[in-house]
Amino acid sequence: MGFRFDLIAEYIPFFLKGTMLTIGLSIVATLLGTVLGLGIGLGKMARKKPISLLFHCYITFFRGTPLFVQLFLVHFGVVPLFIGHTNGILATIIALSLNAAAYIAEIFRAGIQSIDKGQMEAARSLGLNHVGAMKNVILPQAIKRMIPPLGNEFVVLIKDSSLAAIVATPELMYWGRAMAGNYFIVWEPYITVALIYLVLTTSMSLLLNRLERRLATE
Amino acid sequence: MIEVKNLKKSFGMNEILKDINVDIKSQEVVVVIGPSGSGKSTFLRCLNMLESITGGHILIEGLDLTDKKTDINKVRTEVGMVFQQFNLFPHKTVIENIMLAPMKVRNISAQEAKEKGLELLRKVGLEEKANVYPDSLSGGQKQRVAIARALAMQPKVMLFDEPTSALDPEMVGEVLEVMKQLAKEGMTMVVVTHEMGFAREVGDRVLFMDGGYIVEENLPKEIFENPQEERTKAFLSKVL
Repeated sequence: MGFRFDLIAEYIPFFLKGTMLTIGLSIVATLLGTVLGLGIGLGKMARKKPISLLFHCYITFFRGTPLFVQLFLVHFGVVPLFIGHTNGILATIIALSLNAAAYIAEIFRAGIQSIDKGQMEAARSLGLNHVGAMKNVILPQAIKRMIPPLGNEFVVLIKDSSLAAIVATPELMYWGRAMAGNYFIVWEPYITVALIYLVLTTSMSLLLNRLERRLATE
Repeated sequence: MIEVKNLKKSFGMNEILKDINVDIKSQEVVVVIGPSGSGKSTFLRCLNMLESITGGHILIEGLDLTDKKTDINKVRTEVGMVFQQFNLFPHKTVIENIMLAPMKVRNISAQEAKEKGLELLRKVGLEEKANVYPDSLSGGQKQRVAIARALAMQPKVMLFDEPTSALDPEMVGEVLEVMKQLAKEGMTMVVVTHEMGFAREVGDRVLFMDGGYIVEENLPKEIFENPQEERTKAFLSKVL
């Protein structure tokens, strides 16, 4: 039995739909995860011990437990608690964002702490307040250093979004599984899905490489 | 202009400044010398609250920095600081480095900030470097930009924390030249330095610090030619 390109062709509309949803989920979760991550990273650096500890616990939980488990907790527990029924897309976005935020928080913290403390002192000595110094001096430099690890995290996030197939979110992997189940074939759907993920993750890497070059100051 | 009364500063159990008392008048150039670890940099950093104060008072134009009601950000706009390591912002061009604080703190327009910035760059002889990034400058040029950046806030006092210590010897002169010019224009300056030539030539008064105290203070000529304290003599015999 040969490789059935005809079946792949038949499923192309579904793969396209799935890819669009995967991209959508990834973009939303990346943005939410980054904003949350910044907040959590700053929170963990807070001077007040109880506040710092709270964020420390958050990071420990989301980094120390499987995303798969977190997804189930959100899908079957948290989302129904708030809206009364399950919703795959919502659960995926929430679980991916919360999970990514924990990793991104650590990337922000490392990025901010890697900036020489003289930069903060120089900014404060000119009369900028703490927030102004962070916004204008520390973060722009930290973000430049954070691009490579952030790129990694975004790539991981795109790949992890495939777990959503399990909670019936009709993204890319979901359609791969659907095709496999429909025709009792393995290679055609999963190789196709793998290649599409590869295109997505490679594009993300290229995009961040270009961003990094554009921010160079030499 | 600056009054320091019974200033104390500890890091943990380690008491760096034990009891500092000094008055600095408007337009005065005070040079602080002393061995490393004597507390001179810490003293300077207390003057704009980069270090929190453990005890005593610092008054700048009558405003007590230790008073909780004093807006420290406001005070800092009046007190410029130049660091040993320059601390220019590497992600901003030279002119952007200078424009940042006037725009964000004083809310002046980009146009006006740029004009004033270029004027200051002309003053330190670096107008043609306005649009380059700090990484492409020599150490001496960086420090001159750092001075221009501090001056952009039109401070009433300038603090210099070993401004030439990180420079190659051939670049020390250009920075000292700018500082001399400032002194001539009547800027109030507190300078921590190992440049004894500068202390003697430009200083109105020299403070010799050791072990967290001001051990001796006098006119430069007196300190260098006729030191009274044993510790001052010992220090000067090593550095002169």
